Amino acid sequence: MKKTYSVEVDCANCAAKMEEAVKGTPGVAAATLNFMTLKLKVEFEDGADEAAVMKEALKRCKKVESDCEIFF
Amino acid sequence: MKYKFTKKQKRLLIRIIVSAAVFAVGIGSLFLFPSFPWIGRGILIASYLVAGYDVLRKAALGVVRGRIFDENFLMAVASLGAMALTEFSEAAAVMIFYQTGELFQSVAVGKSRKSVAALTEIRPDTANLVGNDGVTEVDPEDVSVGSVIAVYPGERIPLDGEIIEGRTTLDAAALTGEAIPVEAGEGDSVVSGCVNVTGAIKVRTTKEFTESTATRILELVEDSTSRKSRPEAFITRFAKYYTPAVCGTALALALIPPLASLIFGGEPAWREWISRALTFLVVSCPCALVLSVPMAFFGGIGCASKNGILVKGANYLELLAKAGGAVFDKTGTLTEGKFRVSRVESLCGLGEEDIIKYAAFAESVSTHPVGVCIREACPDKPAAGDVMEISEIPGRGVEATVLGRRVFVGKSENAPLSQSTPGVTVSVLIDGKEEGRITASDTVKESAKDALAALRSLGVKKTYMLTGDRENSARLVADAVGVDGMRAGLLPADKVGELEKIMKESSPVLYAGDGINDAPVLARADVGVAMGALGSDAAIEAADVVIMDDDMKRLPLAVRIARKTVRIAKENIVFSLAVKAACLILGALGIAGMWVAIFADVGVMILAVLNSARALRIK
Repeated sequence: MKKTYSVEVDCANCAAKMEEAVKGTPGVAAATLNFMTLKLKVEFEDGADEAAVMKEALKRCKKVESDCEIFF
Repeated sequence: MKYKFTKKQKRLLIRIIVSAAVFAVGIGSLFLFPSFPWIGRGILIASYLVAGYDVLRKAALGVVRGRIFDENFLMAVASLGAMALTEFSEAAAVMIFYQTGELFQSVAVGKSRKSVAALTEIRPDTANLVGNDGVTEVDPEDVSVGSVIAVYPGERIPLDGEIIEGRTTLDAAALTGEAIPVEAGEGDSVVSGCVNVTGAIKVRTTKEFTESTATRILELVEDSTSRKSRPEAFITRFAKYYTPAVCGTALALALIPPLASLIFGGEPAWREWISRALTFLVVSCPCALVLSVPMAFFGGIGCASKNGILVKGANYLELLAKAGGAVFDKTGTLTEGKFRVSRVESLCGLGEEDIIKYAAFAESVSTHPVGVCIREACPDKPAAGDVMEISEIPGRGVEATVLGRRVFVGKSENAPLSQSTPGVTVSVLIDGKEEGRITASDTVKESAKDALAALRSLGVKKTYMLTGDRENSARLVADAVGVDGMRAGLLPADKVGELEKIMKESSPVLYAGDGINDAPVLARADVGVAMGALGSDAAIEAADVVIMDDDMKRLPLAVRIARKTVRIAKENIVFSLAVKAACLILGALGIAGMWVAIFADVGVMILAVLNSARALRIK
C-alpha cells in the first residue's frame, strides 16, 4: 500500500532528516520526502496499520525536527 | 508573480528587523559609553535572543534527544562561544544573518514552488453534473464513468470524455504548451485539463477522475522530483559526513594547537584558537548545499513542463543532458503517421485536378486510409446525384459512376510499381481506360529535419531510425530527415535488440517513439521519450519523458533545458564547496573571522538559490 501525505518543514536538510526518520519507522517499507513539493510518499509493509504507523512516524520526525508536521 | 509571505515568514521578518534595530542601538551604546561596556553588551544579548531564541531552543532539544550536528546546534555553539569570548556583536550578527538566510531560503523555495504550482493549476475543482433534475455542481471525484457533464465557456474540462452536444474551441496550452486552440464538436473526445473557450458543451465521461489525463499528469509532475539525480544524491550523502567532519576539525582546532604549544612550553593562546574553531562551525552549516541542487532540478522540470515536456525524474533530466545517441521510430514520430497524396501522375492528358476529383468522388464513402486521403486532397464535394452506384471490390478498390462516367480507383494490375516510390499507388480508370495514378504516402514532419539538426549541434553524435516499414520507403524518410543510421523491416521485438546494439556504441541513448506500440523500446532505452502522448496511457506509463504534442522541436529544447539545469546544479555544488573550503582555510589560519564566515555562509546560499531560479526561465 502506498500513500501520499502533505508535510510542513522549513529546510531541505530537515526534510532529509525526516525522510530518514520515517524510513526507520516499523511498518514502513519505503519512504521518500520531496522537499520541493512538500509531499511524503510512504509505502507500508503488508498488514501495517496505517494510522498507527503514521502516528509513530510523526513522533520520530518531531524528535529530529521539532518544527515539522505531517498531515494524515 | 506576486509572492505573499506566510505567517511564519512574516513573523521571522519582523524578528529580524527588530533584532537588527536593537543591534544598532547596542553597537551605538558600546561607542557612546565605552566605560560601561555591559550596557551595550546587554542590549546586544537582547538582540541576539530576539533573533535566535528558537534556534537555541531547537539546539537544546536536539542535545536532549541525542541528535547534535544539526545547523541549530552549530549556530548555537558558535554564537554562545563567541559570547563567552566577549565577542557579543559577532554573536548577535551571526544569529541575525543566519535568520536572514533562513528567511530568504524559505521565500525562494516558496516562490519556486508557486511558479511550478501555477503549471499544475490544471486540477479541476468542480464538475457540472447533468441529471434528470437539472445541473448540479459536484466534486469531480464523485462523477462516475458514463455520466454527462456540462462544461461552460471559460471552464476547465474536469474529466476525460466525448462531446455529445455542442461545438467549441479548446485551449490545451496547459497540457501541451501549444498555444493554438483546437476545434471540437460532437463525437470528438476531449481530455481533462483543456480550457473550453467558446461554446457550452456536454460531455459523456469515459474515465474516472483518478484515471483522467489531468490527474495523471499532475501526479507525474509532482512525483518527478522524488527520483533523485546523481548530484542530488551525492550532496545528501556528502552533507551527512560533512557536518560531523567539520565539527571534529573545529574541536581539534580549538584543542590541539594550544595544547601543543603548552607542551612545548609556549603560550597556549586559547582565545585565538577557540575563536578560529567557532568560525569553522559557522561555515560548516550545510543548508546551502543541500538546498541548491534539488532546487535547480525542480526549476528545470518546472520549465520543461511549462513547455509541454513532462520529465518523470531529475535523473532523466541528467541522462537527457548527456545523451550521446538518439533513436527514432519512423511512423508517427519522424512522419505524420497519416497518409497524404504525395504524387499524381497523368497518363492520358487529363488534368491532375480532374484525376483527383474523379477519384475523390468515387471514394466519397470510403473508409480506407488511401481513400480518405484522396478525399482530403480534393477541394470539391460531390453534390447530390454526382456519384451513383458505388460498389467496393474487397482487396481491389472502389467502382462508381461519377458525373455520368464509370470510374474505378484501386490497385493497378499492370502498373509497374517502381521500387523507389514509397507509400501506396492506386490507378484511376475512367470508362475502362487508365487515366492516371495517385500515390499516397506518409509525409515527413516538417519539424523533424530541424529537430535532428538541432540535436546534432547540441552534441548528440549519432541518430538512428528504427522501423517496421519496408526498406525503400524507410530509406526515403531516413534521407529526408538526415539520420546517420537506419534499420527497416523490424518487428517490435527486433527493435529492442537493435536498440541494445546502439546502446553499446553510444550511451546514454534516448529513444523517441509515438508511444502506443513502442512501449517495450521506450522502457528499455536510457531515456524513453513518448511523442504526442496526450491521452495515451501506455506511453505515460512506459516513457521517462513525455512530449505532450507531436512537435519534434520540443526534443532539442528538452535536451537544452536538461543541459542547463545540470550545469546550474554543478555550478552550485562547485561554487558553494569552493567558497566554504576557502573560508575554512582562511578561518583556520586566522585570516577570516566570524564576520567573513557568516557573510560567506549566507551569501553562498543566496547566490546558489538565485542561480537555481534561472533554471525556471530557460528558453
